[in-house]
Amino acid sequence: MATRGFVGRRPTDEIGNRLPPGQYLTEDFPVLSAGPTPHVALDKWSFTIKDGVKPVATWNWDEFAKLPHVKLTRDIHCVTKWSKFNTAWSGVMIDDILAEAGIEAPTEWTLAHGHDGYTTNVPTADLVGGKAMVATAYEGQPITADHGGPARLLVPHLYFWKSAKWLTGLQFTKRDEAGFWELRGYHMYGDPWREQRFTGD
Amino acid sequence: MLDASARPRRLEWQSAVVEAIEAQTPTVKSFRLRPERWGGFRAGQHVDVRLTAPDGYSAQRSYSIGSAPDGSGTIELAIEEMRNGEVSPFFHEVVEVGDTIELRGPIGGHFIWDVSIGGPILLIGGGSGLVPLMSMLRHRAIVAPEIPAVLIYSARRYDDLIWREELFHRRDKDRNFRLIVNLTRESARPGLHFGRIDADRILEAIAEETSWITYICGSNPFVGAASDLAIAAGLAPETIRTERYGG
Repeated sequence: MATRGFVGRRPTDEIGNRLPPGQYLTEDFPVLSAGPTPHVALDKWSFTIKDGVKPVATWNWDEFAKLPHVKLTRDIHCVTKWSKFNTAWSGVMIDDILAEAGIEAPTEWTLAHGHDGYTTNVPTADLVGGKAMVATAYEGQPITADHGGPARLLVPHLYFWKSAKWLTGLQFTKRDEAGFWELRGYHMYGDPWREQRFTGD
Repeated sequence: MLDASARPRRLEWQSAVVEAIEAQTPTVKSFRLRPERWGGFRAGQHVDVRLTAPDGYSAQRSYSIGSAPDGSGTIELAIEEMRNGEVSPFFHEVVEVGDTIELRGPIGGHFIWDVSIGGPILLIGGGSGLVPLMSMLRHRAIVAPEIPAVLIYSARRYDDLIWREELFHRRDKDRNFRLIVNLTRESARPGLHFGRIDADRILEAIAEETSWITYICGSNPFVGAASDLAIAAGLAPETIRTERYGG
């Protein structure tokens, strides 16, 4: 349905072709979160892999810093409509975390946990195979608390609520368990290119 | 009527007729919309709006609902005109009463208030961050006026206070509601404060009650500062819900 009088401001093809449906390009880096920003001290930080309720491996900050770090530059897409191109992260690939833990991913589903109690579900297949990392730096600097530092999940091919901030761990689950926003009407998978914003999209 | 609190259902795009437009401040207009199928909402929720050009190009944005869930089948959005924006200038300069736009919703299941959540409630809003808080205030006045509520509202100038006369009226008539206004770019007027919200404002707001449930909405810097102040004043982080604009 055309809206009377609306012409809009089309992006160039170069930009438009990189924008999933319903998104617009932003140059700044908006912040979204459900509660106050936690300030997590590095000497209190830890990251734990769990198989169900059973911890499999834990790293403190110094141990995690010794894992192999790589860079990943990707476009990111927020369900609130903004997209940002060429965001440059570095961190540890989930593949490498599992290899260091000496395990193969035990289940098809993963629930990411944040320090603030936030959770979000991601199929394990979307975390491995070079698709996702635990990021500890953005544009060459430690990630600020606003943006999820000291460490956040980065799953750039899904809407950005899947990239949990203030990450404390990944929990492999037997079922696809809805996380914080997924329980509140947001899509279980969240592919920006299929515009999977909400339940049923 | 669908129950908005039931399990999430698929959100379909629908058309909504613009029934009224009102200038609230030099940069904010409110739009009363009547969606063709509207199943109600919860105070604090938002809708996605979609504008489509004749060639099919479309743009979407999210806007909070400022009206209370009132069974009228209409919702009121208050839209601030963003300089260099694509959608908000269209609303300000082109949209007229009788026009139809597309929307879907309601959206959001966290930054919401209803009587089951209880109170007392502390609402802290910066600029157009007032909008979802206004929905909560209006809803509370209808369903639970006995629940104490405080609104700390920060705006640039007196003329930038959205729904100003209604807020003053509610302050004067509702003995369980307190209004604390800070103006950041205009010297104080009687009963209003000058400058940014500070620790004293929060302590003043929460002095008489305990077990506050807090909602903070505004720009990211505003929400960051206000939530840090709220925590410093002794409010527990898990009792504070935030929504950040500009995202």
